[in-house]
Amino acid sequence: MQIHDKSPLKAEARNLSFYYGEAKALKNINMPIYDKKVTALIGPSGCGKSTYLRSFNRMHDLYPGNRYEGEIRFFPDNTNLLSPEVDPIEVRMRVGMVFQKPNPFPKSIYENVAYGLRVRGENNKRVLDDKVEHALRGAAIWDEAKDRLNELASNLSGGQQQRLCIARALATDPELLLFDEPTSALDPIATGAIEELVHELKKRVTILIVTHNMQQAARVSDYTAYMYLGEMIEFGKTDEIFIKPQDKRTEDYITGRMG
Amino acid sequence: MNESQHLSSQFDDDLSRLRTHVLQMGGLVETQVSAAIEAYSTGEIASVKAIVETDRKVNELEKAIDDDCAHIIAKRQPTASDLRLVLGISKIVTDLERAGDEAKKIAKGVRRIYENGHLPGQYGVGIRHLAEAALTMIRQALDAFARLDTPQAADVIRADTDVDAEFKSIIRQLITHMMEDPRTITTSIEIISIARAIERIGDHAKNISEQVVYIVEGRDIRHTKEKAL
Repeated sequence: MQIHDKSPLKAEARNLSFYYGEAKALKNINMPIYDKKVTALIGPSGCGKSTYLRSFNRMHDLYPGNRYEGEIRFFPDNTNLLSPEVDPIEVRMRVGMVFQKPNPFPKSIYENVAYGLRVRGENNKRVLDDKVEHALRGAAIWDEAKDRLNELASNLSGGQQQRLCIARALATDPELLLFDEPTSALDPIATGAIEELVHELKKRVTILIVTHNMQQAARVSDYTAYMYLGEMIEFGKTDEIFIKPQDKRTEDYITGRMG
Repeated sequence: MNESQHLSSQFDDDLSRLRTHVLQMGGLVETQVSAAIEAYSTGEIASVKAIVETDRKVNELEKAIDDDCAHIIAKRQPTASDLRLVLGISKIVTDLERAGDEAKKIAKGVRRIYENGHLPGQYGVGIRHLAEAALTMIRQALDAFARLDTPQAADVIRADTDVDAEFKSIIRQLITHMMEDPRTITTSIEIISIARAIERIGDHAKNISEQVVYIVEGRDIRHTKEKAL
């Protein structure tokens, strides 16, 4: 299953298991995340792909009874993201997240993007202006938002809100961006815009994306991992997974032979 | 190759209909080739018309199957073995159609020879044997496709070398005939065209077999040495 690739690693899961209380949701996962590439996680509902994704920014810490085993190494500094000594807030600065449904704060467009920077203690107006613009441009929403920066973010359309959430995640210059089904609440046009954006973003940030839409995984990702019942069944180059998967279970899933 | 069922039974139906049509088309081409060989040996030139007629059906099937492939791709976005099956079929039908064209060429050549009052049998150069070998290749290639049987496909690919060698030997013999007796030139040239058509049928059978290997194993073995099989 391990593929040999010379690309540098951004992160790597090593013997990662995860428990919701007694329930073991991830089983001994080993997987590389290559730097400045898009890696897609696919698999049926309940296979653990979102659980896995959320481990990367320690989202599970928010609930008692959750437990990790193993590690997620983050490079180039070789930090174990899951180590109790590592501050989850620091992790979330380096690892941004975009959710299934756009979830802007009930604030202005500008403040949504500036929020993470303010939390970090940045209050210089000029710096904030610059970074907000940079992030909005990076998320391909600057042209639509530049004349209405002080309007409530909720006035934007669904697709625009999602791009705003991406801008918000980009504002703190994360190294890894996590996308949890970022287009499942969007129409095909807005979906196309997000996919195009993902393609642009990988020039500067590594992306891990969970998607139920297999064609989307095939379109946007460089690597694909198929998960089933908490296990990593197959990991490989997207081109190979979709034409010649090695594992029968992957084949059955991507050809629509199982639910 | 994956034989288990899709969640969408309609998709299963689409794919199995596609395969059936390819085999139907293959059956027609097989008939064309064997009728053309028969005409060569017996001088039954009445069958030439039927062979030309069948070719029309073969052409129609080629278009219909390609159209079905396009629809399946547009509607189902097939992946993995399904994708390979659809792509492979789209190439297989091209080879089948061309094999049918070659059979038509053979038939027309045979008719010209007999109409000129010549008997190709007198040239005794082993066309019949060459043709049987090519026909077997076509049959086995279609069989390999029907059963998704890669060892059989590999047999067909290997057989092509023999057919090529036999073809060259026929050409040598005919050249000798022509040098010895220039009155044989017209018929010899017809026979060379026929031999060439038969040899091409073998090539098409080989191409079909290569697609079978691609469909089943995902390996593209075109333009590789036999050893790689």
